[in-house]
Amino acid sequence: MMAHSLKTENLTLSYGATTIIDALNVTMPMNKITVLIGANGCGKSTLLRSIARLLKPKNGAVLLDGEDVFHLSTKDVAKKLSILPQSPVAPEGLTVLQLVKQGRYPHQTWRKQWTEQDEEIVMNALKSTAMYELQNKIVDELSGGQRQRAWIAMTLAQNTDIILLDEPTTYLDLTHQIDVLDLLFELNRTQQRTIIMVLHDINLACRYADHIITVKDRTIFEQGQPEHIMTAELVENVFDLQCQMMNDPIFGTPMCLPFGKGRTLEPAK
Amino acid sequence: MVLKSKSAKIIGLIAMVFAVVIAMCMSLLYGYAYTSLQTTIQSFTNFDQSNEHIIIQDVRIPRALIAASVGASLAITGVLLQTLTKNPLASPGILGINAGAGFAVVCSLVFFHVESLQSFAWIAFTGAAIATAAVYGISSVGRDASTPLKITLAGAAISAMFTSYTQGLLAINEAEMDQILFWLAGSVQGRKLEILLSVLPYLVIGWVGAILISGKMNVLALGDDVARGLGLRIGFIKLVVGIIAVLLAGGSVAIAGPIGFVGIVIPHIARKLIGQDHRWLIPAAALLGAVLLLLADVGARYVIMPREVPVGVMTAIIGTPFFIYLARKGGKKV
Repeated sequence: MMAHSLKTENLTLSYGATTIIDALNVTMPMNKITVLIGANGCGKSTLLRSIARLLKPKNGAVLLDGEDVFHLSTKDVAKKLSILPQSPVAPEGLTVLQLVKQGRYPHQTWRKQWTEQDEEIVMNALKSTAMYELQNKIVDELSGGQRQRAWIAMTLAQNTDIILLDEPTTYLDLTHQIDVLDLLFELNRTQQRTIIMVLHDINLACRYADHIITVKDRTIFEQGQPEHIMTAELVENVFDLQCQMMNDPIFGTPMCLPFGKGRTLEPAK
Repeated sequence: MVLKSKSAKIIGLIAMVFAVVIAMCMSLLYGYAYTSLQTTIQSFTNFDQSNEHIIIQDVRIPRALIAASVGASLAITGVLLQTLTKNPLASPGILGINAGAGFAVVCSLVFFHVESLQSFAWIAFTGAAIATAAVYGISSVGRDASTPLKITLAGAAISAMFTSYTQGLLAINEAEMDQILFWLAGSVQGRKLEILLSVLPYLVIGWVGAILISGKMNVLALGDDVARGLGLRIGFIKLVVGIIAVLLAGGSVAIAGPIGFVGIVIPHIARKLIGQDHRWLIPAAALLGAVLLLLADVGARYVIMPREVPVGVMTAIIGTPFFIYLARKGGKKV
């Protein structure tokens, strides 16, 4: 495992005339799980895409190990940093194994095609995502949770120290959300991989993240350990939502109970 | 996928090579002038200036070679463009290639009274290149350059534009109508070997190029974002696909006119047989495309004997039911 650094420098992102992120300086903590949260359309996914070199900044730069990612070759970036975009779609008829093998693409060259090391890394990726037995199944015939695990296995086969994921739990039922997040947590704790992801669920974010970054008004509103920064006031500011914060009765991590309408039973004492 | 293991795929490809050879033999043997296998062989070993020998050597051999090359080229282009545009109904027509080539040829006939088939080839080539460049130009404007959807839409727009120009020219100029209509229907009949030879180098570059980028096409098939995340240079690979498409489809149109359906139907059949991996899919599609066009061309000689229908009509007869089947299936994903 190499020591990496990942930060943005005066990063400005825009679509046409609309500025999404404005002159942002942020350093991503390494070997930790970082979660970006924020309201819909706040630019957290855009920020993640830009860090992964999928979107060219209008101004400033994303520095990976001190170098502008747009000055590095796509393959060099892909060897250090992988990204799983939001809801990827596999071609019809592709098997899990074929998909996961594509993760080795950045490590292959004209001369060096498929090696035993590639095979081993692919098998490990299949095993750690519990997809080994399903490797010959067709990806688009799997359940949503299995499909997402197959994609994560492909990302793992890329074997990068930094892994970015854009809403990896979207469209999954709660069981599979926990499955996926547990898997990422395991990867971080056992292999010290840096995980940076966008999540929608504040409570799950607080449970799994070592570091939370809240995005609002084209910049970062607040960042830090969930138990230090997640307050009712912050949620109201970032999400425009009234809530009460309490501690998760099982994990002790911050938990957000939103106010609003709904059925009311006997008030708890 | 029918052929799962590597050895099954190799045997499958060998079987396809045999199918091409058999279809070529049929193309040499069958037709209005009957020739036996013996005469055919003799025309190679012991050429005697007889009518049969001349027909085989001067008419049927060029025709078989052209049908095989064009069929293979169109099928490869279909595979590349279906993966590029993530659209199962994509075909060489989708980048405006056929329409651009057709318009260029009609222009040359109406305004410059170009006569020779030889010059047709180059004019068609140029038209195809211009149309494709226009599609890339239009689709690269705006947010998220050259997404599959934008390429498809730009292709449809450019196609519609060139097609209507062509029809406009045909409407005002009836004199050259017959010649143009025959060319526009697509045919491998009466084309000389020289036409094939003049375009062949470009077709060969396209074939080799398609094989060389087949591994990258597997990555591109996962979607633009995933592919870029894996370190694929998306812009570069799309440009290469565009160039190969112009060389292969433009070259094919130049030789035989716009022949439809080979580029749509064959990639799907090839995928069913040999799977998604482009390193197998591209050679398989090339061989099957050659077989289809050879057989369609043989069939075209028998439909209204002693006359012939253009082979483009034959492929449409075979292709239309398939197209409807695909559309009904939903056609959501490649």
